[in-house]
Amino acid sequence: MLMNKRIIITFFILLALLFPIIMPNSYYLYIMSLSFIWIIAVYGLNIVAGYTGYLSLAHAGFFAIGAYAFGLLTTKTEIGFWPAFILAPIITTAIGTLIGLVSLRTKEHFFAIYTLCVGYIIYLVIDKWESLTGGVRGLIGIPALPDLGPISLSAPTSQYYFVLFIMLWMVFIAYRLVHSLVGRTLIAIRNSETLALSLGISTTKNKLLSFMLSTFYAGVAGTLYASFIRFLGPEISSTTIMFDLLTYLIVGGIGTLSGPIVGTLLIVWTSQTLQFLQDYRMLIFGPLLTLIIIYSPRGIVGFISGLFRNRKARKKVAAVQVEKQV
Amino acid sequence: MFLETRNLTKSFGGLTAVKEVDFSVDKGKINAIIGPNGAGKSTFFNLISGVHKPTSGQIKFKGEDITKLPANKIAKLGMARTFQTTSLFENATIIENVMVGHRLRTKSNLFDAVFNTKRLRNEERESYNKALEVLEFVGLLDVKDQLVANISQEEKKRTAIALALATEPEIVFLDEPTAGINPEETAALAQLIRKMSENGLTVCLIEHKMQMVMSLAEKIMVLNYGEKIAEGTPEEIQKNEQVIKAYLGGSVHA
Repeated sequence: MLMNKRIIITFFILLALLFPIIMPNSYYLYIMSLSFIWIIAVYGLNIVAGYTGYLSLAHAGFFAIGAYAFGLLTTKTEIGFWPAFILAPIITTAIGTLIGLVSLRTKEHFFAIYTLCVGYIIYLVIDKWESLTGGVRGLIGIPALPDLGPISLSAPTSQYYFVLFIMLWMVFIAYRLVHSLVGRTLIAIRNSETLALSLGISTTKNKLLSFMLSTFYAGVAGTLYASFIRFLGPEISSTTIMFDLLTYLIVGGIGTLSGPIVGTLLIVWTSQTLQFLQDYRMLIFGPLLTLIIIYSPRGIVGFISGLFRNRKARKKVAAVQVEKQV
Repeated sequence: MFLETRNLTKSFGGLTAVKEVDFSVDKGKINAIIGPNGAGKSTFFNLISGVHKPTSGQIKFKGEDITKLPANKIAKLGMARTFQTTSLFENATIIENVMVGHRLRTKSNLFDAVFNTKRLRNEERESYNKALEVLEFVGLLDVKDQLVANISQEEKKRTAIALALATEPEIVFLDEPTAGINPEETAALAQLIRKMSENGLTVCLIEHKMQMVMSLAEKIMVLNYGEKIAEGTPEEIQKNEQVIKAYLGGSVHA
């Protein structure tokens, strides 16, 4: 099983690496790079909503904070591209920590509603604070990726690899986290906070940690987005983006490790192919989402791994029966 | 005194769920709290384990005042508990569920997780071994790799006890450990509870099944309408007029 998993993962990484060669189409590369950025953001949402059980609806807001932090640092200060690139996610996490301290005093749907409001306030601040953010006109003039030593990062292909590289790191960190004692702690909180507390787990500390980490992911994604698109408008913090991220996560599989990748790629590419339907696309996504929530609450990945687990369990039962007969 | 409460009171609005209860747990023994439905047994447990904060009164554990401590700090002092319904992670195996029980004795943080440090690997192994140890103790070692979703109610109860034991407690509170399982399984669980006591653990349980409590417990407290109406050995409790009245439906105030 483990062997199989390794082979599958290597295959997909290879596929991702060869993608620009298989599809030397700069538009496809653009869509793919953008998907990778969304994937990073969705992983952040997965940590807090999927593994800790706290549905943060301010996630798009933090994504926007990351993007604007980077945009403002590069256009309005002289600190340079790379320092801004590192500073922007840190700023996002710092703001996230402050908001987490307050919002985590609420629970369940109250938390969701509270963070939804936080997200909207972030949108309003970006939209109305024209002197800083440029308001509805947006923020322009964000510099392109500078060359990294001898490596040029201006061509679509090299940008693709750059985003892919960072995404793989972020996925790797999520993998390490989920499979560690820290991840188990978060899952214990998701299952039952009272039980986790009675097991001696400081839920306050761990929830804040999870929230901070999710905003860090949002910040990284936002920073990449800003450096990739090079134009920012307040709509990136809108509820539309928020629910897009949530849809990617739920379709792929909330609380699963590969769910964000599966969900994001699937929906981004389906909506690309269904572009001719314009807004009627939602007629397909709406029912799809409803069906998934009803029949497979852990998304496509949860459904598939459920199939595998059942088969494995049946094999085990069969083996035990054979043993008994002998 | 190992664990004692003094004048412990909890009111929810106008309702007094637990009223001025003085109670003490003897070290190394099996203690039980019984009482009719709604007598305040679970609330009393929740007060001791820090899930609820008492309105007034005091709780002392190993001579330390724990009245105001949060539940997680109390657990670290060596007090574990189970719940009437344990919410386990259904999509994970038994051992994966139990491993987290040892988390409070480990120190790994986010940094350790991201860099997969030696400390993390050691502590993971430690947690795994602890889980193996307690699963063997409760008799679930051969099913440790089963998904919790596929195991029986009785096995879930045992898993919950294993989870409590993984915290390395000195005292374990069991909230209706045999609710919803058949007589045979109840006897087997009683056996397990006795084994815990023989291994030096102090046990305190809430139970409805009279027969089991009478044969198992060495000291019993009876609660009714939030008040302690009797305390003593099983023989003493069985003869107590007030207890009989409470259980036969007569009013204590009559």
